[in-house]
Amino acid sequence: MDKYTTLQYDVIIIGAGGSGLRAAIEASRNGAKTAIICKSLLGKAHTVMAEGGVAAALANLDDRDNWKVHFRDTMKGGKYLNHWRMAQLHAQEAPDRVNELEEWGAVFDRTQDGRILQRNFGGHTYPRLAHVGDRTGLELIRTLQDKGVHDGIDVYMEYTVRRILTSEGAVSGCLAYQRETGRFTIFNAKALVIATGGIGQCWDITSNSWEYTADGHALALWAGAQLLDMEFVQFHPTGMVWPPSVRGTLITEGVRGEGGVLKNSEGKRFMFNNVPEMYKGEFADTEEEANEWVKSVVANKIPKVRRPPELLTRDVVARAIRKEVLEGRGSPHGGVFLDIASRRPAAEIIRKLPSMYHQFKELADVDITKEPMEVGPTCHYMMGGVKVDPETQESTLTGLFAAGEVAAGLHGSNRLGGNSLSDLLVFGKRAGEYAAAFAKKMTDYPKVDPDQVNETVKGSKKPFEQTEGENPYSISEDLKKMMQDKVGIVRTESELKEALGELNKLRERANNVKVGGNVQFNPGWHLALDLRNMLDISEVVTKAALVRQESRGAHTREDFPGSDPEWGKVNLIAYLRGDAIEVEKVPLPIVPPELKELLKD
Amino acid sequence: MMTKVAAPRTATRLGETDRLDLWWIGPLSVFLGLSLFIVYATFRVFYNAHYVIDTASSAYLLSPFYSPLILWDGMPPWLSPGILILWAPGGFRLTCYYYRKAYYRAFFLDPPACGVSESPKKNYTGETRLLLFQNIHRYFLYLALLFLIILSIDVGYSCIWPDGFGMSIGSLVLLTNVVLLGLYTFSCHSLRHLIGGKIDCYSCVAFGHTRHKMWKGVSILNQKHMYWAWASLFMVAFADFYIWMVSTGTFTDIRIF
Amino acid sequence: MSNVTTLQIYRGDNESGEMVEYQVPRNPGMVVLDAVHKVQSIHSPDLAVRWNCKAGKCGSCSAEVNGKPKLMCMDRLNKYPDDATISIRPMKTFPIVKDLVCDVSWNYEVNKKIPAFKIRKGERKYYQYEADRVQEFRKCIECFLCQNVCHVLREHQLKDEFCGPRFLVRVAGLEMHPLDTEDRSELLKNELGVGLCNITKCCTEVCPESIAITDNAIIPLKERVVDRFFDPLGWIARKLFKKT
Repeated sequence: MDKYTTLQYDVIIIGAGGSGLRAAIEASRNGAKTAIICKSLLGKAHTVMAEGGVAAALANLDDRDNWKVHFRDTMKGGKYLNHWRMAQLHAQEAPDRVNELEEWGAVFDRTQDGRILQRNFGGHTYPRLAHVGDRTGLELIRTLQDKGVHDGIDVYMEYTVRRILTSEGAVSGCLAYQRETGRFTIFNAKALVIATGGIGQCWDITSNSWEYTADGHALALWAGAQLLDMEFVQFHPTGMVWPPSVRGTLITEGVRGEGGVLKNSEGKRFMFNNVPEMYKGEFADTEEEANEWVKSVVANKIPKVRRPPELLTRDVVARAIRKEVLEGRGSPHGGVFLDIASRRPAAEIIRKLPSMYHQFKELADVDITKEPMEVGPTCHYMMGGVKVDPETQESTLTGLFAAGEVAAGLHGSNRLGGNSLSDLLVFGKRAGEYAAAFAKKMTDYPKVDPDQVNETVKGSKKPFEQTEGENPYSISEDLKKMMQDKVGIVRTESELKEALGELNKLRERANNVKVGGNVQFNPGWHLALDLRNMLDISEVVTKAALVRQESRGAHTREDFPGSDPEWGKVNLIAYLRGDAIEVEKVPLPIVPPELKELLKD
Repeated sequence: MMTKVAAPRTATRLGETDRLDLWWIGPLSVFLGLSLFIVYATFRVFYNAHYVIDTASSAYLLSPFYSPLILWDGMPPWLSPGILILWAPGGFRLTCYYYRKAYYRAFFLDPPACGVSESPKKNYTGETRLLLFQNIHRYFLYLALLFLIILSIDVGYSCIWPDGFGMSIGSLVLLTNVVLLGLYTFSCHSLRHLIGGKIDCYSCVAFGHTRHKMWKGVSILNQKHMYWAWASLFMVAFADFYIWMVSTGTFTDIRIF
Repeated sequence: MSNVTTLQIYRGDNESGEMVEYQVPRNPGMVVLDAVHKVQSIHSPDLAVRWNCKAGKCGSCSAEVNGKPKLMCMDRLNKYPDDATISIRPMKTFPIVKDLVCDVSWNYEVNKKIPAFKIRKGERKYYQYEADRVQEFRKCIECFLCQNVCHVLREHQLKDEFCGPRFLVRVAGLEMHPLDTEDRSELLKNELGVGLCNITKCCTEVCPESIAITDNAIIPLKERVVDRFFDPLGWIARKLFKKT
């Protein structure tokens, strides 16, 4: 063990996206010696891909908005599987977090009277998303990054964490290798915050970058923490479908918020026929009404009519698109049409959606001011993750905190657009704050167990020792395809069972993976290691999906098409028993009566 | 398939690059264009003749190379009135942000083009030290604005015929020249800064809104600063050439009305 | 359309390396980064390359394709003739870690020199027309292509004296922010070395976000430095102003 460098910190944050940076800033502010470990360069995390905005009930455009409405929208969007307390804290604290960003230099789009502009988004009753054109995530991450630069936070860029180290049932740090040199470093820490984002790389059609290999989910699981709601994987309704090389790349919901409409090959706006029971009466019935709504919004007026059904929650829209395609009313490349060209003047489209314009022009030879886009669902967000305490974000493992996408609870079975960036800020801050407080209580650094270190280093080097074996890329491709086919938007028992069988086969192949070259910046090796996370978490998702015998939010079972009130009373948790992944029902936390009141229509 | 080919990593010789396009066309044309102008302008200024049409039967036409025309009794015959004034517009162009780019690239090859190597060993100091004089640009701007007024007056004179108001091709040439020079001057980066660019918070200062509008206007022109620079450069030379030709009788200045 | 693309990719580190030729199948809509990924999955899993979003938003996959600094994820193969060999090298200005990956840590060090945003007291309102100018600079995705192509850094290696276009853009975003109260003009003139820029505009030419770096950021900053240090009239005006 002595041959490894050991670094000591009060709080170590794994991941430098929005939640990781926000946690680091808060931990450092609270006097903790803080470091961030991240897989990419600073500022490249997946948060930059967030386009639409940060949901916060600032009520700058519609003064009927407040935290209570935001709370209700979030719970309703999550089909009431959310942890009520997280949803409450989130709705209450998001406005402060957004204002704080402005204080740190973020430049949000402005209202006519000089305040932060907010836009409409699916599932939000009022215009609520503070935004910067369609690059809000970039603004958020840059603001936090530049703030962090001056807060004395150490950043370890291009390090990958392979294990959370534990001692006496609590966190003692983590073990990471530097991607450049392949050398392992021991990070000895009093508290650890995982902020590693999602798991989208387990699917073939995904909007997620290479980093989203389920690292945090797997690290927490392996270390003994519980995962929650793992059956809920959000497929964003609008990803690019053509050309193949960009299949899955995200098209912001902002396109629909700005008036874009979904049409099938017959030119029909099919969303009018897809309004689910629970949203009946809240959406426009006719195109005239929907158009009227867009007209008011564009004119910066408070709409007096109901919103277009294109702004239903993501799970609903994604399923509707899938249905159109399956029933033969899809676009030439297997999607549907998203049309903004006929709705808004070209100059406005370019101003409000510059990166969408650019993205289609460059990558698909499509001018979105003239032609409709072809869109289809793409794996986008993981509602499930590390089970955390709503106040402190501490997991079930002492000293391990989690924030952002990797943590679960806020979004229930389906996340509303815009609630992710606010999640990062609200719970990133909380995680940092409580991790620092936790660390402060400890006088000494926890002990690092050399066996854990040696075991992990040895296991990690195995792909180099293999004389016979497979290329990691082919295994990863097969895993993605399998998950896409069998654990996709719509699931059935038989396919999920097949998926478990396939996962076993893939795991065997992965055990024999072979990589060439040496440990220095070797993407093949990195992928070989990431495969282990992806396989385990794919299994957790599949198992949880198999257990939940109903359709709710992002989880749709063809064999159980309706929602079942009994299933609405439980969450599923997953954990390791020995080497086996167990999934178990736990009762939903009870919503206090005064909040329950808010949830009534 | 894997074929190895030799590949030194860095290029160090002047002009070395991996670029496959004709990158040298840009700097070469700038070099030729500017050189041509400099040669012509130098020749014309020292030529010290045929720069004005000043007859009883026509309107007064003065070459922009010689305007304002400074003459006094006892002026040494070798001293061209052009030299007395041409340093001002010349200085404006010399210190112009666009021309700086153009001649640093085309004349000093620093750099010759983007991603193309320079000759090594140069002790580069950019616009510090000796080139600090470039910062005088805004003072040349003030002069350039003055010259615009003077040249506009020249256009006025060119429309006064013995029988009253009229216009010829010559006055149109001078008018076009003033318009293009105006576009060039009003698209100047320094003007853009002074007129409103220096303000951070327009809603906090007096006349902020107006200054923002002016800044915005200059900004729009500024995007085409390079085009105005070339168009006005060509035009000013052409105006001079036209008057020269009319003066020698090669061209006849046709009166339009 | 030929269904095979030939690439020559730099393999090696900062000391030595070579261009290695690979052939990969070509699909519709492919970008250079896809071709590089194909090389990884078919020929050489240990080929080092950085990438993240693959949609031109994160600025990770910067390289020099046929000598031109570019984001590989936004460079369509159909822009090149079918039978052409495409050469891909790492950015020249930074030390090579391995293959197409450079050590860009210098940039992060420079960023630390820039004083943070300092918000004014009181009223926080400002308007979209004021935000517009700053938002252009905040589009920057930190791909460092401008740093790479800037001859002050690339050819003259003045990394200690000059912060490069990226950070002039960042300073412009702070200095022109309607609510910011910090003054960075002295820093600009000295530590950041704005005077070393000779406005030859290569940064603007390569910017994938089409930020008018030279015209909108650097030149206005140079003018601000002139205001402060080189304009006698301005100096007198300031003196008079302060007295009243």
